[in-house]
Amino acid sequence: MFGKGSREEGWGIQVSHVDRKFGKRLVLQDIDFEVKPAEIFGLLGPSGSGKTTLVKLMAGIDRPTSGTVVVGGVQMPRLDMLGKIGYMAQSDALYAELTAKENLDFFASLFGLRGRGRRRRIEEVMELVHLTDSMKKRVSTYSGGMKRRLSLAIAMLHRPRILILDEPTVGIDPALRVSIWNELRDMSQSGTTILVTTHVMDEAEKCHRLGMLRDGRLIAVGTPGELKASANVTTIEEAFLAFGGVRG
Amino acid sequence: MRVCALVVRIWRQFLHDKRTLMLMLVAPILILTLVSLVFNGNTYKPKIGTVDVPAMVTQRLAQEDVSLVSYSSTNSALEALKTQTIDAYISWQDGRPAVVLEGSDPSKNKAILLDLQQMAEASSPGPTGIQPKITYLYGSAKMSSFDNFGPALIGFFAFFFVFLVAGISFLKERTTGTLQRLVATPIRRWEIVAGYVAGFGLFTTIQAILIAWFCVDILGMMMNGRLINLLLITLLLSITALTLGTFLSSFANSEFQMMQFIPLVIVPQVFFSGLFNIDTMAVWLRWLSKIMPLYYGADAMRNVMIRGKGFTDIVMDLAVLLAFSLVFMVLNVLTLRKYRHV
Repeated sequence: MFGKGSREEGWGIQVSHVDRKFGKRLVLQDIDFEVKPAEIFGLLGPSGSGKTTLVKLMAGIDRPTSGTVVVGGVQMPRLDMLGKIGYMAQSDALYAELTAKENLDFFASLFGLRGRGRRRRIEEVMELVHLTDSMKKRVSTYSGGMKRRLSLAIAMLHRPRILILDEPTVGIDPALRVSIWNELRDMSQSGTTILVTTHVMDEAEKCHRLGMLRDGRLIAVGTPGELKASANVTTIEEAFLAFGGVRG
Repeated sequence: MRVCALVVRIWRQFLHDKRTLMLMLVAPILILTLVSLVFNGNTYKPKIGTVDVPAMVTQRLAQEDVSLVSYSSTNSALEALKTQTIDAYISWQDGRPAVVLEGSDPSKNKAILLDLQQMAEASSPGPTGIQPKITYLYGSAKMSSFDNFGPALIGFFAFFFVFLVAGISFLKERTTGTLQRLVATPIRRWEIVAGYVAGFGLFTTIQAILIAWFCVDILGMMMNGRLINLLLITLLLSITALTLGTFLSSFANSEFQMMQFIPLVIVPQVFFSGLFNIDTMAVWLRWLSKIMPLYYGADAMRNVMIRGKGFTDIVMDLAVLLAFSLVFMVLNVLTLRKYRHV
């Protein structure tokens, strides 16, 4: 629907009746939704609502207590699927004592990129996040926003079919945020399925569809327009409050 | 391929972190040099006071390796003893020597008693009994105590620094979230463990070569076996330390908690590494040595360096170290399940 056939058909994500318990604590309860191929799907919810837990299930590094997560037709978690998914964690998982280039080199070779192709791809993604000039600097000298951008560059490095971004634009200045969102839209147009979590309401507006998460339950799913219309409000924030059972 | 990537990364981290690099390479050399200076010094020359000792006896005493000071009364000799200007004094009572020792240092006590005994033997008239002919199967009369426990020390340093550095770097991987990031890539759990073993293994080989060369060629430590066997032991010992360190690091939440493993894991091993005689320990305690990697490492080290034994004589020790490493590696792979279920 968004792709124009520049890549083979995109992959979707189906989450069916997923529960996730940590000990006795139920963190996710009966989550059931679908991310369609090549769309930008936003997961919206306050911190502690279970966004990161849900994202980890889809990234294939955690297993649901019950229910299934299917990515690109394959039930997760599966080791061979990890190479097709780009994941950017909420905390910047970077090797601070290494340079940006060395970090990229490391992750690129984990994904099997090598030779000239690898070099070119590293330059591409660094260009994308405006870090080309800081390529040879140690990550420990990076600012918070720069680290965030480098994490994003690493997540996109292996041209994943599915990109999962946990709070990607925290600490990034507005101008760069716009350019990152433009890039995400381009990627989705060329067939990449993108899942972002956010708690910034104006970012939520930019997603094709949204899922609202609260206390481990999915309280609403739909396009930003649909959600606002069905709650009979004008902003996403109001819609979130309405679905959460709170009238503003 | 992915193991290689991990090896390259670990090396680059090492090269960027000059201080840790120095700790691993220079610290063992520094400490071994100090130890050799302390234990290779001349044997202690006791300071003995004399009070009214017959001239003949004083002459005999002077032939031993002691320094003599003459005192006019036992009171002044006692004062000197109390201020530790002398280690013992001899006075003459009823035609017999009476010796008072300062007594707080057993090694000085022994040295003085040995000197007095030799003096007594030399002064007793008649045949002094049968002089045995002494030969050494291993070692020699010139062997110093540094030669004796040097091999255990080399093993200890290989173990201690690798345990700490590998443990902390794996811990950092966990606490900074890079481990979480790592398991979101298609790397297999065993590849993570193998990468760490290979990366650090390569590095500790260099460390081992440097320490062994320094001890043998610069410090002149006794070395009767082949260097390659020594390196083999050090390498296996380091891998045991590495896998144990990374395994235990999953039970620590901070660098400080990692340090807390030192008195629990490292210090007890020192006691069983041959620095102290195990045969004088209680039987049940001796059994403990069997579960300590350093015991096997130090045993093999001494066999190679002092007794000049070959590969076939240390193969059992090496096998045990390898078994330790394999067990810890499997435990490592299993604990990584906590971070990714596939």
